[in-house]
Amino acid sequence: MVAAILLALPNWFGESPALQLSRRDRGAFDDAAAAVIGDALAGAGIPAAEVYVDGEGRFWARFARVDDQLKARDLIQREFEGQYAIALTTASRSPDWLQALGLEPMSLGLDLRGGMLLVYEVDTEGAVSQLLQRLERDFRKVLRDARIQYQEVAIAGNSVHVTLRDSGEGAEARKALLDYDPQLTLAPESVAGTITATLTDAAVKERQSFAIQQNITALENRVNALGVAETVVQRQGQNRIAVQVPGVQDASEVVRLLGKVATLEFRLVDPTNSPLEAARTGHAPLGTRLYRQRDGSPVLLKRDVIATGEQLIDASFAPSQGEPAVSVRLDSRGGEEMLRATRENLKRPMAVVFIEKERELVERDGREVALDRSKEEVISVATIQGVFSNNFQITGLSAAEGTELAKLLRAGALAAPIIIVEQRVIGPSVGEDNIRDGTRALLIAGLFLFAFMAFYYRVFGLIADVVLLTNVVLIVAFLGLFGAALTLPGIAGIVLTVGTAVDANILIYERIREELKVGATPWAAINAGFDKALSAILDSNVTMLMSGGVLFLFGSGPVRGFAVTLMIGILASMFTALVGSRALIHLAYGRRRRIERLAI
Amino acid sequence: MVEFLKEVPSIRFMALRRYWYAISALVVAASIVLVLVRGLNLTVDFTGGVVFEVGFSRPVDLEVVRTALAEGGIEDFQVRTYGTASELEVRLPPVETGSAAEQGERVLGALGPVDPGVKLNRIESVGPQVSQQLGEQAALAVLMTLLLVLIYIGFRFRWRFGVGSLVASLHDPIVAVGAIALLGIPFDLNVVAALLTILGYSVNDTVVIFDRIRERFKSMRKAEPAEVIDRAINETLARTIIVSGCALSSVIFLAVLGGETLRGFAVALAIGIVIGTYSSIYVAGAIALDLGASARDFMPPEKRGDVDDLP
Repeated sequence: MVAAILLALPNWFGESPALQLSRRDRGAFDDAAAAVIGDALAGAGIPAAEVYVDGEGRFWARFARVDDQLKARDLIQREFEGQYAIALTTASRSPDWLQALGLEPMSLGLDLRGGMLLVYEVDTEGAVSQLLQRLERDFRKVLRDARIQYQEVAIAGNSVHVTLRDSGEGAEARKALLDYDPQLTLAPESVAGTITATLTDAAVKERQSFAIQQNITALENRVNALGVAETVVQRQGQNRIAVQVPGVQDASEVVRLLGKVATLEFRLVDPTNSPLEAARTGHAPLGTRLYRQRDGSPVLLKRDVIATGEQLIDASFAPSQGEPAVSVRLDSRGGEEMLRATRENLKRPMAVVFIEKERELVERDGREVALDRSKEEVISVATIQGVFSNNFQITGLSAAEGTELAKLLRAGALAAPIIIVEQRVIGPSVGEDNIRDGTRALLIAGLFLFAFMAFYYRVFGLIADVVLLTNVVLIVAFLGLFGAALTLPGIAGIVLTVGTAVDANILIYERIREELKVGATPWAAINAGFDKALSAILDSNVTMLMSGGVLFLFGSGPVRGFAVTLMIGILASMFTALVGSRALIHLAYGRRRRIERLAI
Repeated sequence: MVEFLKEVPSIRFMALRRYWYAISALVVAASIVLVLVRGLNLTVDFTGGVVFEVGFSRPVDLEVVRTALAEGGIEDFQVRTYGTASELEVRLPPVETGSAAEQGERVLGALGPVDPGVKLNRIESVGPQVSQQLGEQAALAVLMTLLLVLIYIGFRFRWRFGVGSLVASLHDPIVAVGAIALLGIPFDLNVVAALLTILGYSVNDTVVIFDRIRERFKSMRKAEPAEVIDRAINETLARTIIVSGCALSSVIFLAVLGGETLRGFAVALAIGIVIGTYSSIYVAGAIALDLGASARDFMPPEKRGDVDDLP
């Protein structure tokens, strides 16, 4: 019980809107820098409830109201342009000793704190047909290169059919195709001169999950770039991805940023000219372009592109001989270009550029014009150690860098198209209203029930009240423990649980009254009350639990929050009524050996 | 001792059950007709589409808003008040191109002339793929719950009571849905959650009465089944009223104070609690009785010998 109270306690203090600042150069804040920002806020008349630097060298400012938080963010963005990464977040109001124990208030659902939910659907069928189209294209090329004439290469269902002009060349054609990709599944040649390559179910599944994973990675990158704390990107069901961004102000801006298209370019590094010189003058030498690496250092790349993200089939982090490595696979066209480039540029560096394009609607001369803006960044520079074509490895990085690079490469591969199928935006003021209304309903409903129980069952009613209160504390504690977010239907779940949690107590007390009426002694009545009510309590609660469980399985979002609070509430009420209530009754009456009357 | 019922009442519930059957059947039929004819006020959760909640700085006239939207080039919209007169809900068909957020800006732009201080408080946009799936999931969830309840009750109480409680648990959500259609409450995911809770709650209530029936069948071996069931219902009546009253008061507080988002949910629950209480008294017990429930249903197998039935 003490543990439950401790766990629930941070919720009593609650949270307030806050800003979290970290320095762009990853350095720690010192008190002087924090004081400068604090003074700037004070100077602008924005009241900050608290300003401090945390253990990890980040600056925090807590505000009483969301308005102040937003004003402060705008001010800091203006005054200290580019110096800090600013995240809108919430900070616990609990005293330091509670926070030192690592206890946090439970997280609030989007409907309570305001924010945005986006559900994307990945076009997995589109992803598979992209794969088939690539096979078709590659087959044509492989056959041409092997000088085998074909009448037709066509896609049918999940297969690619090849009809050769000369039916006698079946064996050679099969060999050429298998040389190109040994993992192909070719059906036995039923009609001479025809070859059918079918995607196995496993291959289709693999392609689909690749498409989803790829989009999740891409979305995660972009969501992180928003600078908002506590964002969530997760797979939902078969082919959907849910993105939660709490506390956003500009929904269409977020949609636009998340809707970027990413691709890659493999280019050679220009080894002769100095990138620093180019960066200084701002002029790249002829035939080259100036890029920046992720750490900001300049690099000069040749203008010719060897391969692009469209040709990337897969990239994965696969340590080889104990050394971290990213293995990359290209399609046949990309492989051929790669072969030529590596043959001519052995021991020279090659770079991978990650490009994100976003489409922006700009008003020009009164008309809306779509403008593509792109952000380009070099994510890898590596020396070409050998001649290779469509299968190669990038080595010389740490395990962390390797995983990151593989992720980025996958994100830049030809993306399966995604569309937004569900979008919910809740303004922060609506969230505040919801919390206020919900807690008010909970409080008043609770008070009413407490008063009623005390009036109707007197001492036993007071015991039931203590038990009910325990119940609410337990629900809150468990929600925090499971990391479940509290939603508005979740608050409704608590209200309903409080309303029905009295059930178990009432069953017991009514039973005790009945026993007293038929002349049982007080102690016998209490014991009989608990024993006889047990089966009814169990049976009735099991059915409630079942509907809660079904709701949890089928529901999503806020409804799930309701199901969780309902189930926790039912379990807690069973436990508290059967165990807690009995213990309290023994405590109240246990000292007296003989009781004349029960206050029930 | 404060009591609702000083004495255990002796209302002969079962004697009147034919009338209640007729009334129940009528209400269920009316509910079905109502849903079919009038239809449910389905929200975008199930129809797909976009809803914008816009807040004005002062109360506005619906007609003015409609004109402004039409002049702003917004098509196929529906407008209704949401809570207060200064808050409106604008509903549009599913977004084909662009995002709902962009559409929201167009709506705001169109409403600017009405009130420069207009704000977009909430956007809900559900695509047709999702809404269809949500509908299927909701139906599946209701079926699953019914099935689980039947299995559990059948397992604990033998089939006659299982059927009784199943009919009661079908009866309750149907009537609740009818009432929702009648009152025009927006039918969203929360209301489905409420329906499932009603299911659970109704069974909960029924089970407590069945539990007492089981006990009385064991202790009143000579009595007529109808008499036993009446007695059990009467004995649990005080509890039934108090518990339902407590649950009802909670959801009424929720409906009144919990804000607009929860109102439909809370009202649906309130209706369900009232119906659930009635059905566990009349529908569930009465059907078990008419299916021939008797003491034999609760005799442990080893005691079913002739010896025990002799005086």
